[in-house]
Amino acid sequence: MGELSRIWRESDHRYRLIGHVCRNCNTVYFPPRDICPTCHRDSVGKMEEIQLSGKGSIFSYTVVHDAPPAFRRQRPYIIALIKLDEGPTLTAQIVDTKPENVSSGKRVHAVFRKIREDGSGGILQYGYKFVIDEPPKA
Amino acid sequence: MSEVYVIGAGETKFGELWDRSLRELAVEAGLKAIEDAGIYSRDIGILYGSNSLGAGISYQNDVGSLIADFAGIAVEHTPAVRVEASTASGGAAVREAYLAIKSGEYDVAVVGGVEKLTEVYGSEILDLTSTLLDSEWEAFFGATPAALAAMTARRYLDDFHVSREIMAMISVNDHSNASLNPDAQYRNKLTVQGVLDSVSVAEPLTMMDCSPLSDGAAAVVLASEEFMKKMKIEGVRIVSSEISQDYLALHSRKSVYEFESAKIASRKALEKAGIKNDDISFVELHDSFSIYGLIELEDLGFAEKGNAKSLVENNEIRLDGSIPVNPSGGLKAKGNPYGATGVGQFVEAYLQFKNRADKRQIKDVRYGMLHSMAGSGSTSVVHILGGE
Ligand SMILES: [Zn+2]
Repeated sequence: MGELSRIWRESDHRYRLIGHVCRNCNTVYFPPRDICPTCHRDSVGKMEEIQLSGKGSIFSYTVVHDAPPAFRRQRPYIIALIKLDEGPTLTAQIVDTKPENVSSGKRVHAVFRKIREDGSGGILQYGYKFVIDEPPKA
Repeated sequence: MSEVYVIGAGETKFGELWDRSLRELAVEAGLKAIEDAGIYSRDIGILYGSNSLGAGISYQNDVGSLIADFAGIAVEHTPAVRVEASTASGGAAVREAYLAIKSGEYDVAVVGGVEKLTEVYGSEILDLTSTLLDSEWEAFFGATPAALAAMTARRYLDDFHVSREIMAMISVNDHSNASLNPDAQYRNKLTVQGVLDSVSVAEPLTMMDCSPLSDGAAAVVLASEEFMKKMKIEGVRIVSSEISQDYLALHSRKSVYEFESAKIASRKALEKAGIKNDDISFVELHDSFSIYGLIELEDLGFAEKGNAKSLVENNEIRLDGSIPVNPSGGLKAKGNPYGATGVGQFVEAYLQFKNRADKRQIKDVRYGMLHSMAGSGSTSVVHILGGE
């Protein structure tokens, strides 16, 4: 894992949550894809980059205890399916909270964090994680 | 077009087989299948090697040639290719062999599935098993196969008001059946409490909800009707073979607890066979995680969505129930050596049809359904056997 070109290739989408929108049917996609699964050929050349808000809600989540080496120091960590307000669902960690505060439906927003460490002294990789929104102050 | 029959089957024991190499396992299973069929290597038209992670784990690609070589048939120059479709490699490889015979191109095809998952130390195996996910958009962020299954389980249990205990029953049933299968990795009985009390892997899943890391190999010999009759062999007919796909990543699917690949492949397979779920005498399904067993019972057509619990509650999935599930012991207890798993389902089906399944023999077997699935549902292969 961790060849530099692969990290660099997707870094913009990961750093800034840039998805694609199909200008044929106006569906928003994240992760980005070059062909719209609804419009197929009609979407060719009509997929445009779109900046996502990073706002959404938790669809489901789990607390991972059995973790790959690059995540061992984060154990246990929370992984969730997050439904973004623009439509697509993505897979990301939820941080800065305890598992007992997490539940389906809670509002979250994206933050920029270190994602993984490949080996001791290996490359650090960055991207989005999510935190639970503060409840509005009364 | 020829009808296609399974005329021989064999497998190694599944388990932690530290003293056996990838090639040794494959050759052992292959020889057993060929001896069982009573054919000779010169009869083999083509060989399909099924393997998923050999390159990452054992630094070995081209497993088709490896098997042919060490089975001693390189001198025959028999064509041999590897089929890789993640954890559905086994089902996909048998389907390729089925099509090769159906087309009329070959009379006999051998499928050898093999995997060695215990070769890697500690949690590093998770880097490899997670390559079966979308590596850039799931695994990159720390998702693992168990994490995806856990997120599916949480929604499923909540939305359909299914108890944690019901989900555990899938593993309990697997262990119960595996206790009667000498090839199974785990032959101990398991209790619901034992599942709940086991160490947490990805909440709400414990280790006893997850299929183990397994080594093992399984092989089947497929033949045309003409060859079978010529050799005076009594085979088991493959009535239908279907495969279907879905999005690779769980987050892109229409539903997290509906395997559309399984739904479509099983519908088509039943339609082609001209039968209904009620006609099926047993199902070997791909319960890499206990939650998948529940969902697949629904998507393969044995229960309405959210209602697999009633089959479980009423003991219908037991060997003596209306739809026995995983008589072999399933992925949880017989074991889950990826490339061999789906081929091993054929070995079990063959034994059942031949009345050779000993203490786990199901009575009056008419049709059997086999479901081999990739990862969290990206590919499903469904076969229906029997009918004569
Ligand atoms: Zn479109």
